[in-house]
Amino acid sequence: MLILTCPCCGVTAEETEFHAGGEAHLKRFGPGSSEDEFHDYLFARENPKGVHFERWRHANGCGKWFLAARDTVTLEVYGTYPAQTHEPPQDIKDRISARHPGWTWREFA
Amino acid sequence: MSTRLATGGRLIDRATTMEFTLNGKRLQGRAGDTLASALLANDQLMVGRSFKYHRPRGIVASGAEEPNALFNMGEGARFEPNQRATTTELFDGLTCRSQNHWPSLEFDVGAINSRLARFLPAGFYYKMFIHPRPFWKHVYEPFIRQSAGLGQAPKDRDADSYEHFHAFTDVLVIGGGVAGLQAARAAGAAGATVLLIEQTAHWGGRAPVDGGTVDGQPVDKFVDETLAALREMPNVTLRNRLMGAGVYDHGYVLGYERVNDHQPGAPGPRHRLWRIRAGQVITATGAIERPLSFAGNDIPGVMLASAIRDYAVDYGVSVGDRTVVVTNNDDAYRTAITLKTLGLEVPVILDARATGGGALADEARSLGIRVEAGKGIAKVRGGRRVTGVAICSQAGEGAVLEEIACDAVAMSGGWSPVVHLWSHCGGKLLWDEAHAMFRPDVDKAPTGANGEAFVIAAGAANGALHLRDTLADAQAAGHAAAARLGHEVKESAPPLGEAAPEVRLQPIWMMPQGAKTVLRMKSWLDFQNDVKVSDVQLAAREGFESVEHAKRYTTLGMATDQGKLSNINGLAILSDALNQPIPQTGTTTFRPPYTPISMAAIAGEARGETFQPIRKTVLHEWHEANGAYFEPVGAWRRPYTFRKGDETIEEAVAREITRTRESLGLLDASTLGKIIVKGPDAGRFLDMLYTNMMSTLKPGRCRYGLMCSENGFLIDDGVVARLDDETFLCHTTTGGAESIHGHMEDWLQCEWWDWQVYTANVTEQYAQIAVVGPKARALLQKLTGDDISAEALSFMGWKDITLDGVPVRAYRISFSGELSYEIAIPASYGRAIWDKLLSEGAAFNATPYGTEALHVMRAEKGLIMIGDETDGTVIPQDLNMEWAISKKKEDYLGKRAQARSHMADPERWKLVGLETLDGAVLPDGAYAVAQGRNANGQRKVQGRVTSSYHSPTLGRGIAMGLVHKGPERMGEVLEFPRVDGTVMKAKIVDQVFYDKDGEKQNV
Amino acid sequence: MSEPTSPLAGAKYEGFAGVVAMGLQGMISLRGDLGAEALGKAVKAVTGVDVPAPRRIAMKGETGAAWMSPDELLLLVPYADVATALERLHEMLAGTHFLAVDVSDARAMFSVDGQGVREIVAKLMPVDMRRQAFGEGDFRRTRMAQIPAALWMPQPDRVQIICFRSVAEYAFNLLKGAAAPGGEVGHLS
Repeated sequence: MLILTCPCCGVTAEETEFHAGGEAHLKRFGPGSSEDEFHDYLFARENPKGVHFERWRHANGCGKWFLAARDTVTLEVYGTYPAQTHEPPQDIKDRISARHPGWTWREFA
Repeated sequence: MSTRLATGGRLIDRATTMEFTLNGKRLQGRAGDTLASALLANDQLMVGRSFKYHRPRGIVASGAEEPNALFNMGEGARFEPNQRATTTELFDGLTCRSQNHWPSLEFDVGAINSRLARFLPAGFYYKMFIHPRPFWKHVYEPFIRQSAGLGQAPKDRDADSYEHFHAFTDVLVIGGGVAGLQAARAAGAAGATVLLIEQTAHWGGRAPVDGGTVDGQPVDKFVDETLAALREMPNVTLRNRLMGAGVYDHGYVLGYERVNDHQPGAPGPRHRLWRIRAGQVITATGAIERPLSFAGNDIPGVMLASAIRDYAVDYGVSVGDRTVVVTNNDDAYRTAITLKTLGLEVPVILDARATGGGALADEARSLGIRVEAGKGIAKVRGGRRVTGVAICSQAGEGAVLEEIACDAVAMSGGWSPVVHLWSHCGGKLLWDEAHAMFRPDVDKAPTGANGEAFVIAAGAANGALHLRDTLADAQAAGHAAAARLGHEVKESAPPLGEAAPEVRLQPIWMMPQGAKTVLRMKSWLDFQNDVKVSDVQLAAREGFESVEHAKRYTTLGMATDQGKLSNINGLAILSDALNQPIPQTGTTTFRPPYTPISMAAIAGEARGETFQPIRKTVLHEWHEANGAYFEPVGAWRRPYTFRKGDETIEEAVAREITRTRESLGLLDASTLGKIIVKGPDAGRFLDMLYTNMMSTLKPGRCRYGLMCSENGFLIDDGVVARLDDETFLCHTTTGGAESIHGHMEDWLQCEWWDWQVYTANVTEQYAQIAVVGPKARALLQKLTGDDISAEALSFMGWKDITLDGVPVRAYRISFSGELSYEIAIPASYGRAIWDKLLSEGAAFNATPYGTEALHVMRAEKGLIMIGDETDGTVIPQDLNMEWAISKKKEDYLGKRAQARSHMADPERWKLVGLETLDGAVLPDGAYAVAQGRNANGQRKVQGRVTSSYHSPTLGRGIAMGLVHKGPERMGEVLEFPRVDGTVMKAKIVDQVFYDKDGEKQNV
Repeated sequence: MSEPTSPLAGAKYEGFAGVVAMGLQGMISLRGDLGAEALGKAVKAVTGVDVPAPRRIAMKGETGAAWMSPDELLLLVPYADVATALERLHEMLAGTHFLAVDVSDARAMFSVDGQGVREIVAKLMPVDMRRQAFGEGDFRRTRMAQIPAALWMPQPDRVQIICFRSVAEYAFNLLKGAAAPGGEVGHLS
């Protein structure tokens, strides 16, 4: 069972306080978008063996959503950060690079 | 015979006698005994019958690895099967029954299987019972179920309580042997917080039995001194009777504390499940001795050499007067020396190694014990107990050289480190050729949240078997754990362990080396599941080459002992059969728990009245006292109906509807979700959330709205009230309160985080009572001075009023088609107002009604219900609710999805009313069939019933359903086949069955 | 005129610690910019305390404020004073973006008193209850078995727990079970 640190309230807690919310950094497509864009927005998800970015909510806690960079193989948590951003912070990307030189995930590297 | 010796027994108190019974027979033990040692002290060698062949089985081991000595323990509400005698502390009044035999342990009908063993090889069940196919269900399975199974299922409700406990520590040390003690001391001295747990009631493990010295003193003394030192350290906690059951991700460890197993009925929980988070975990879990595979190695009286030693030293029990020792290593000589020193006979030590043993062998010889090198056991003589052994050359095929009479055999095939906890979370293993054992690969430890190693194996569990190495390794482990957590470690010399040097063991996987089939068929690997050397070899021949496949095919290691004794021997036999080195075969996966733990401990507090949270409204007590028949709605319990006298449920529902429509009904609607949405962008936000336009709603007014998910499907509905310019109150469905609040926060926090909106879930702040029926206004008017006339509070309006002195909010909304007010009351006043409404309403025959009346009335009115008319694949357009979808808005959640081709398809099933031709009630969920058959040969369908009730108002069945192009087919008759083969016919009609023009609710 | 009733009407249990369902407590959920001067003044005016630091609670007599999230406080005032306090907040925060709502009737509050209170919490909540990890003035939102809950220690050997009103009975039964005689763990002091 994972432990995560909520960047919003600072509590480090076990997984049972949190609720996983799927892939992070999705860009919303609404009316006017093409069939392909909308299809990918709704259904196309990364399924990496390794580095992944996810949404989590501190459901049994401060109630805030945040994002986490995590390794789906080793379960290492590279870091958590507030949801109000369009890309992962540099220090977290650096930490991932230290483990996985040359990693990429969608448009991030 | 096995008996209590006149002296000795470091763990027992000879002065305190304990009475217990086995199969109703009264026996005596001593305080400090395990059930196993007490049984042996009473010459109870035979403890059960094996699973498949029903062979007599005796105690083999002295600890958690015991495969045979499983008992039905206790009685009635404290009965539990499969309890291991070796890990059961004896208490006064213990009762147990042996398992897997009928009619008695001594005479067992199933033992006939043993005669048929030749015809019951590995995979027998798979091969035998596959043809003819129907026989499995009707003949084979019932028969097998009858004869299979260990122990009996408890019949009574468990009398005990169980609980969880969350504990946090820098370092967790699992295992209280000398390695665990030393590791804890080293980590504690470096300043780390340490929790040291031990599964038994004793500290020091088996080192005191094995002898040797630490810093020149006996091991017992070292244990006592170390314990005393640890107890002085404020940062170290020691807990015994607490087993490390499993190691999981991120330093999570489950500990299984048997609080009261040794004192049943004492106050407090029976078991406590420790949910431990540790920065570093040290597994000081010791090692387990391996059996040797020779014919008859399962006969009662054949035991692990270490176990025979344990029973003698720890409990003062001799297993036999004449014990033959058979070994492939030096350690087993200790058993011979111990027994001889206690005055017991050791006729011979059979050392399978041609070169024999080292210093310990010399010591044995000097005591006058005969030692035979290069020899082994061809066959053990005896049935229900050992009567002798036939000796052979290890190098040969089993030709008998000599017969020796004896009543016990001490066997040792070497030692395997207990790597289970190291392996649970991904720690890898190395094959150690010199000791013929798997040990932890320290470079491939389990990693934690920070990506760094968090488990360290220490002592024998790390392959450091010699006392000197054990202590040094443990000290290093304690230091390493502390250092990894940032503590400064002062290096110091570990305590010096001294014990006789040992020469190298020789791997012996089969005895004799060239054993013929007849011997291999009697050489047991897995005692509990009755797997023999010949079975594993057969599996290999039949192509089950992967160790995981061979395991499942033969059931090797799949019993409740999880192969603690059998796995290494089994995979060595498999490797040999496949002609490949052991590391290439590998091990099966080690999974938690280490030994079985009680289901009740896993459940913890979640049983009985705390099994799950039941949500109750402030009116719940009233409902309970007034005949409510409850139904679960999410975690809530809502009254389905209130029965009076000997009414049936149907009659009660009909009465509630009729009275409400005629005069006045009262409904507890408190469970409806209520979410405040406030801020300069609140209107804009709700326009995105609902399909309707909410920003144009005027303060003081209400609007019914629909919410869709981003993929277009309807997820919730409810009435929105605008409280002021910036503030809205959104009602959700009962089940949607938390999820819709979460949905709102998700979009606000993660997508539109620059919008100025705050939300608050105030669902439970209010008791909500619906006052419904032609007399609703008259009743309220009796309790308020505020103007609630049709003009002052019109349909779809709301108003703050004072009701019996309590400030409340009245929403004039209707889910029944009647004149109706939903009154939101601060929950603490809810019961008082409810009582008042009932007493004042008596004049109008005020009738509390439940959810079924609510459902019927809304269906009569043709109103949809989330979860009935919707199922996660229905869009508002399917329900003809285009009127609730704003055409003016550029965007809302679900809008883009509803433009996708399948969503806009005119062929979709749409909502209509259904009226049976004979007035009967359609089955809920029934399908309307169409012409033709689909690819699977099933009748094609063209619609289904989504809601169906008997309407007391109309005196007939009414229904709604989704039908292919339904609204274009008014008047058509559809056929609904029923399960019994009959067909019901229903006409497609308008979905509004009652007061289509709304004359009742708009008064 | 109708009178209010509190959850479980003051139910009590004596085990190795005492569990009491407390009476009605005024509670206001206040959302806004916790760093803003206006909000700080309003909180002070209503509760007498400054805006607490993250994961902390500040109390002054019967009033106080607990930190719920980066944009939310829970204000504690006597039950009878809620309406006045709300009015005051609305006056003082007028023109700013905030939300203040009465949640007094939506919650149940329990006190657990005695030597073993830390152990009772540790049985039901996944929280590090060692002294060095949790003490007076700390405020923690978490789960208690299967329900959301918040707790703090107004004094040593005393824990106060807030949960939703609908599950008050479940919460009380949980605490009762955890405080049952003989259930002392002897691990946390």
